[in-house]
Amino acid sequence: MTGALIAREVRRGLHGAAWLPVAFFLLVATIVPFAIGPDARLLARIGGGALWIAALTAALIPVERLVEPDRADGILDQLAMTGMAEEAVGSAKIIGHWLTFGPLLLIAAVPGGVLVGLDGPALIRCLVSLAIGTPALAALAVTVASLTAGLPRAGALAGLLLMPLAVPLVIFGAAATGGDASSALKLEAAVALLTVAGAPFVSGAAIRAARS
Amino acid sequence: MTPLLKGDGLTLVRGGRLLFERLDLMLEPGGALHVTGPNGSGKTSLIRLVAGLLQPSAGRIERADAALADDGLAFDRELPLGRALAFWKGPDLGKAIAAFHLDALTHVPVRLLSTGQAKRASLARVMASGAPLWLLDEPLNGLDQDGAKRLNAAISAHRDAGGVVLAASHLPLDGNWHGLELGA
Repeated sequence: MTGALIAREVRRGLHGAAWLPVAFFLLVATIVPFAIGPDARLLARIGGGALWIAALTAALIPVERLVEPDRADGILDQLAMTGMAEEAVGSAKIIGHWLTFGPLLLIAAVPGGVLVGLDGPALIRCLVSLAIGTPALAALAVTVASLTAGLPRAGALAGLLLMPLAVPLVIFGAAATGGDASSALKLEAAVALLTVAGAPFVSGAAIRAARS
Repeated sequence: MTPLLKGDGLTLVRGGRLLFERLDLMLEPGGALHVTGPNGSGKTSLIRLVAGLLQPSAGRIERADAALADDGLAFDRELPLGRALAFWKGPDLGKAIAAFHLDALTHVPVRLLSTGQAKRASLARVMASGAPLWLLDEPLNGLDQDGAKRLNAAISAHRDAGGVVLAASHLPLDGNWHGLELGA
């Protein structure tokens, strides 16, 4: 069942609005030079951090479609009837969501990096840092979507929940885009691993709690 | 015979309201229980309790594998019905599609189905699952005469094969059912 659910998440992501977070990401990356001004050295220094903020806000866009429609339609109940654990549902949703979110965001990060004035090595550092960070962003999005499923104004609430939870990831992720960043990259990987490993359990518990 | 559903002293409190107290349930192979009661008396909650989607405030439940048909459609709207049903992977899918007369609809997207057709599809998922315990919440809602006849036929075939059914319905069901009235 897990494989079928992952395939379903990917299909729904691609049929739905997989390009929306990417468009949002590029839009934020485009606005940064307008807001900061044309100083290329300053832009290149803050570029990595700016891309991280763009990625974080882009991660928020799909939150409302990740869990709530399935809860409202009874799909989560029917999955439970097949004997699938809620934690497995959470994992499948995280994997399925990342597949339609991570790779597209990394592709968009190339023109995004050019827009904020990153040169070759800096762009590669930024891509590596985002590649490690996007699974954690996808995990956080699914977790927050599970926690807010069924609540009124869930979209706004999801933003308030996700941003603080992502702070450690953003600190190390953005630091890993700077020069001499190997220790920051390791810490980012550690935070991402912790997030991805813990998210299915939080998500599963939230799905169960939403039933009563 | 070992019972396929056994509930001891089930009590359920929801939102500060006591829905039922010290309820005993027992269904042996071939058995069927028809739950009745006014709106809000806890029929759907009892079904969800047996399904394992709600936890009892007291008491415990033992049951065989179960399949549930309630008012959640749980099919992807954009898929043709055949693929939407196949997602749930029942061993008796072909039989269930024929039993509920859905053959002609397998290429129709779920979003275009009428209320009654959608209801038949969700009942077909229960039959396809091969689970011995059927949990049906208002199974006759939206069904026309032919649909109701097919449902009654499916239920009696399932019971003849040793399966059991727990149904909540305010409409009468064909055949020989035990009755349970909630909120009386």
